[in-house]
Amino acid sequence: MIAIVDYKAGNLTSVKYAFEALGEETLVTGNPEEIAQASKVVFPGVGAAKSAMENLRNLDLLEIVKSAALEKPFLGICLGMQILFEATEEDGGVETLGIIPGRVRRFPDSKEHKVPSIGWNRVEPMGEYFYFVHSYWGEITPYTIGRSTHGDVEFTSCVKRGKMLACQFHPEKSGRAGLEFLKSWLEIC
Amino acid sequence: MLTRRVIPCLDVRGGRVTKGVKFKNNIDLGDPVEMAAKYSDEGADELVFYDITASAEHRPIDIGMVSSVAKAIRIPFAVGGGISSLEDMERVILAGAEKISVNSLAVKNPSLIAEGAKVFGRQCIVLGMDPVKSTNPACPSGYEITTRGFREWTGLDAVEWAKKAADLGAGEIVVNSVDADGTREGFEHIITGLIARSVGVPVVASGGAGKPRHFPEVFSATGCDAAIVAGMIHSGEYTISQIKKAMSEEGIPTREIW
Repeated sequence: MIAIVDYKAGNLTSVKYAFEALGEETLVTGNPEEIAQASKVVFPGVGAAKSAMENLRNLDLLEIVKSAALEKPFLGICLGMQILFEATEEDGGVETLGIIPGRVRRFPDSKEHKVPSIGWNRVEPMGEYFYFVHSYWGEITPYTIGRSTHGDVEFTSCVKRGKMLACQFHPEKSGRAGLEFLKSWLEIC
Repeated sequence: MLTRRVIPCLDVRGGRVTKGVKFKNNIDLGDPVEMAAKYSDEGADELVFYDITASAEHRPIDIGMVSSVAKAIRIPFAVGGGISSLEDMERVILAGAEKISVNSLAVKNPSLIAEGAKVFGRQCIVLGMDPVKSTNPACPSGYEITTRGFREWTGLDAVEWAKKAADLGAGEIVVNSVDADGTREGFEHIITGLIARSVGVPVVASGGAGKPRHFPEVFSATGCDAAIVAGMIHSGEYTISQIKKAMSEEGIPTREIW
């Protein structure tokens, strides 16, 4: 059973549909015990880091998410990846889970390279295109396994530490490449 | 680097995809879910659905259709037509749409943009606008915003409205030229370029696509981020991969899947 962590940070419908398309059983839950019992954990997220961290605290999910990321097959998506870093510049600076060493920063405003960065970007060295929607980006870290660029910024688009995989892009919205990515996560874990 | 997006637009009326010229003379083109799946497979970067009758008939969006589409395809899609409240937006997002497009109702009530961006994030809020060439002195850009499918002229300057909407929180702006819509003679470059150079959010060109070469032309001439395609692929005359090939040949970054 795959638990999809519901911490009131964005819409989980498409994540659920993508796993269903792969024939996987999912449970969308904000219950710490159900997350503890799940064999795999998906940690999505869209929106602001500060309110996401507050929600995790208020729903009593902080510890269980942290331990799941360190011990279980775990997949962080978008804001769910950014929160795994040490801290973010968002909302005047927010401390986050600190599982990945490095910081999350904001793209500079630009008429040429617009913010939010919305659309399909290439992830190297895979060479595949995935769908991104973000204004903030994670630094390159020793755990970075996929990189992309927006304007002059090169950022972490995919990171792996132990059984934990996390991506800035939305595999659930990335067509065939996205489904293949989710499938390979299921296979390695 | 982001690729330039090609976005098929499906106008839905009574559960069927239709296409009209200058918002009139609609003809039946097929089933929305089947067409969505086909375009997604062919390499569409995103889709947009306008429930074109919703607004005129004061009827809410067909949520069942939105969730059928969300189950069938794995690319982002936007839904527009008759969205008048945060509750409407929430229903569409929970059904699995990535973005909500507001148009006439945002002109009437601009706070809809700000409230939507605050609750769902600005990336979810798309402003659609229907500018037309105008000599109205209140419109120094030479383009005036119309609403309700070209039925009402508002006296709003198109560039000013785009800037205001971006400041309010619109995450993307679709510039649908009333003059070019349905002509298949190419996109309107002037107003699209003016807006693309005036706002810091992505701009989508819409209206007038008739040949693959119109796509590299509009991207080069205006600096827009995405372009809408409808009739020329709905009719079967051209495919998305022909459009992307034309873009690639002109050096426009595109998501290659052929």
